[in-house]
Amino acid sequence: MKAKVFVNLKPGVLDPQGKAIQHSVELLGYNGVSDIRQGKYFEIGLDSALGKAAALESVSRMAREVLSNPIIEDFSVEIES
Amino acid sequence: MKFGVIVFPGSNCDHDAYHVISKHVGQPVDFIWHRDTDLSGYDAVIIPGGFSYGDYLRAGALARFSPVMTSLKKFAQSGRFVLGICNGFQILCEAGLLPGALIRNRNLHFICEHVFVRVETTDTPFTNELERGSVLKLPIAHAEGNYICDDETFAELKQEDRIILRYCEATGRITDGANPNGSRDNVAGICNQQRNVLGLMPHPERACEDLLGSSDGRGIFRSLAATLAAVA
Repeated sequence: MKAKVFVNLKPGVLDPQGKAIQHSVELLGYNGVSDIRQGKYFEIGLDSALGKAAALESVSRMAREVLSNPIIEDFSVEIES
Repeated sequence: MKFGVIVFPGSNCDHDAYHVISKHVGQPVDFIWHRDTDLSGYDAVIIPGGFSYGDYLRAGALARFSPVMTSLKKFAQSGRFVLGICNGFQILCEAGLLPGALIRNRNLHFICEHVFVRVETTDTPFTNELERGSVLKLPIAHAEGNYICDDETFAELKQEDRIILRYCEATGRITDGANPNGSRDNVAGICNQQRNVLGLMPHPERACEDLLGSSDGRGIFRSLAATLAAVA
C-alpha cells in the first residue's frame, strides 16, 4: 500500500520559486500560463495490514505534524492499495 | 548564571554563541547536544544559527523533533530564557514556541550582509539595556528569513508589544528598501507572550567585536545578563 501526500503553500503565501519558474517558462515561449506554485510530493510505503482507513488517518496526522507547516501550507493525502 | 548552547547536527554558529557568552558576558556556558534532555542546570539557552538537519523538509522542521526540544518547551514554560538566532528562530517557530513562520526570501537569494535593525521595545529581557528606537548594525545570513503570520497574530504581536526588532535604514527609518527578505512589516525579531523567548534572524553573536564589523550585538547579551543578574 502506498500513500501520496501533496503539500502546497496556502493561497496568498508568497512563492518566489514558483514565480521564478513561471518567468523561465514564459521566456521559453509558453503562453497563457497565469500562475505556477511549487509544492512538495511525498510517496510513503505502508504495510497493507494497516488497512485503508487507518492508513489515511495515520498519514493525515503525519502530514499535519511533520510534512507540512499548517501556518503556511495545506496538504492532501491519497491512499493507493 | 549559567548558559547553554544547543547543538543540532548542522548547527554552525554554536561556537560563536559560546565564545560571546564566555568571553564577553563572562559566564559559564555549556554545549548541549540535541539528544540531551536535562536542562535543569541552566538559566538561559541559546539555539544557534546554522542548518540543522540540512534544512531538509523546511528550515527548522526536523530539529523540532530532537529529544532536547521537549525539555526546551518545559524550560520556556518555567519562565527561563530562550534566545533563538537565525536557524534558532526558525526552529522556535516550527516548534510553536513563537507564532508565524519564516519562508523563502522574496528575492530567492541567500543573503549574507550587515543590515540595520531598530529596537522597537526595551520591555524584554533581551533588550532592556538598549534604547528604544536605537539602531543596531547586525549581520544576517539566511535564505529563509521572510517572516509571515496571519492578520490576527500580527495584530496580537503589535498590541502586546512583541515585535522586538525591525529592519530599517541606517537612520532608523523603516522602509521597504531596508527590508532584506520581505518580512511582514520589516519584522526581524519577536518574542512570546511571556516575553522570555526571543527569536531573531540577525546574528548578534557575530557582532560583538569591532574587528568583525560591528559590536552592536553586545547589547542583547548585556541585557540578558542584566536580567539574569536581577532574578538570581
